[in-house]
Amino acid sequence: MIAIPKAPAVPQTLVGIQGVSRRFGDVVALDDVTLDIRQGEFFALLGPSGCGKTTLLRILAGFESPDAGGVTLDGADLLSLPAHRRPINLMFQSYALFPHMSVVKNIAYGLERERLSRAEVRSRVLEVLETVGLTEQANRRPHQLSGGQRQRVALARAIVKRPRLLLLDEPLSALDKKVRAEMQLELKRLQHEVGITFVVVTHDQEEAMSLADRIAVLQSGRVQQIDAPVRLYERPGTPFVADFIGANNLFEGTAVGGGLSVPGLGDLPAETGFAAGAPALLGVRPESVRLGEPGVLRGVVADVSFYGGVSHIAVRVAGHDRPILVAAQGPTRVRAGAEVGLGWSASDAVLIAR
Amino acid sequence: MAGPSTGRPPRRSRALGSAAARLVFLGPGLGYLIVFLIVPLALVLSYTIFKRGRFGGVVYEATADNFGRLFDPLYLDIVISSVRTAALTTLIALLIGYPTAYVIALLPRRWKTIALIAIVMPFWTNFLIRVYAWIILLSGPGLVNNALTGIGLIDKPIQLLYNEGTIVTGLLYSYLPLMILPLYAAIERLDPQLREASANLGARPARTLLSVTLPLTVPGILTGCVFVFVPCLGNFVVPEILGGGRSIMAGNLIRDQFLKARDWPFGSTLALAVVAILIILLFLQAWVSRAYGGIEGRRA
Repeated sequence: MIAIPKAPAVPQTLVGIQGVSRRFGDVVALDDVTLDIRQGEFFALLGPSGCGKTTLLRILAGFESPDAGGVTLDGADLLSLPAHRRPINLMFQSYALFPHMSVVKNIAYGLERERLSRAEVRSRVLEVLETVGLTEQANRRPHQLSGGQRQRVALARAIVKRPRLLLLDEPLSALDKKVRAEMQLELKRLQHEVGITFVVVTHDQEEAMSLADRIAVLQSGRVQQIDAPVRLYERPGTPFVADFIGANNLFEGTAVGGGLSVPGLGDLPAETGFAAGAPALLGVRPESVRLGEPGVLRGVVADVSFYGGVSHIAVRVAGHDRPILVAAQGPTRVRAGAEVGLGWSASDAVLIAR
Repeated sequence: MAGPSTGRPPRRSRALGSAAARLVFLGPGLGYLIVFLIVPLALVLSYTIFKRGRFGGVVYEATADNFGRLFDPLYLDIVISSVRTAALTTLIALLIGYPTAYVIALLPRRWKTIALIAIVMPFWTNFLIRVYAWIILLSGPGLVNNALTGIGLIDKPIQLLYNEGTIVTGLLYSYLPLMILPLYAAIERLDPQLREASANLGARPARTLLSVTLPLTVPGILTGCVFVFVPCLGNFVVPEILGGGRSIMAGNLIRDQFLKARDWPFGSTLALAVVAILIILLFLQAWVSRAYGGIEGRRA
């Protein structure tokens, strides 16, 4: 049922996850998950809450162990190492800063466990404080910091150890919109600078799309698709991904020569590699749908919303239960109630097996 | 509730109403405190400056003698040794109680409840009976001696009763739950992610305990210590029964002044001294707890 596109030959695998499963009582958190995380990349685990992404993160950190399957780091078994001996650091969603320690002590905590000289600990802490821009807050306690500053401390505390792998649990979810955008840029810059492999866990597709080099979409404990953000958006591999990532117009039908035959709507154009007669889903993005004559479909405009740079138009088409969404550049002249034609080029629509 | 209410009573009658409501709610508790705490305490306080009556009671002639006697080595030693015994008991209770509370806090929910019930269960039996039970355990022909002779560790029964060790054992047994419960509450409340963060940063479990768990449960530790130390210091049943009836703790001394020596003023003075020690300790505990409380309250 689920087609996972084969990733191209992997140059350098840092983390190898092989057939990992984990259940909690009757709940299957992870179901035979296999994926590779490459050296130096920014990888995202994306999925709705309860999809198992946090469990996978906790397995990597060593707080949880799988019922089946294996995990390797640099080719060596990872699961046999206790959490405190793994060269992996985690930035907690709640930050989990030590409330009784100052910013400096929080950051130095991990280095002090490595039996480094005091001078070295000091210089590395100061260096990382500068990197995250918290030099002035060095002696504050966590409760004296703003949310964004706390997050920087959490990040500094994790990267100062120079881990092989940095895990980030919903890194932007607790921040307000403005700080979010700032932090997003900063995370990317930082990842570039320190050259550590980042794995971010998130339920927010925009967060994943904007940050990651590659995204693994998880649902109900299974990997749906692993791809670069653009490919994930343009060529969703499963119905779930097509619906979950971005807005999409989806039609159910059977593959025919030039696209998809949908009962009641006729033949819709799409690029197809499918054998005629195979059940499939056609997905076409709102920005690829054109309004006007002549159309593949005809409908009545139900709603127009103007967002400044873009207008969203919802068109009701008889025989289709969801309105077709159209995104047009700038303001549009169509009004609700008008009858319009809808069309798209075959190359903009994708067929998905169902 | 939400939204502007109509027909709200005028301001003054509302204020009156809320004052009346406050009185109704506070009344019983306030009355209890006044009748059973403030008045007796004031009486005890006032007795300290009068002379003793011949057959108990007080003669209302002012004197400072009672305070002078307080520093008589005879009595001072007893107070000091009581503080020592209570402190020793508290320390041992902490050393036993902390690991116990820690383990209970990490148990699955169902087992937690069972463990907590087991901790509180002894309170369902009369205190005196439980203390007497220790005599049966520790006496010459008692269980412990029988067991020890049985396995050939000793030839004849040894004296286990009527010494300071027995008193500490009895007090420890009586008040250990008062140490475990606040410790459990403090450890349970601690965000488990802090321990995970510590491990994630490379700390072994022992380091996590020392650097994260212990410092963050200091308020719970102090509460437990006060809960154990206070009743230990004032206890006179355990020293009486397990200590062989000699006045070796402040509690007995005070009781004896009232009931045997019939010296109410001096008994009052001794009681006041114990209360003073406890108040100083409580202030100390509150002060340290507040220093930590600011951290605990606003967890980052």
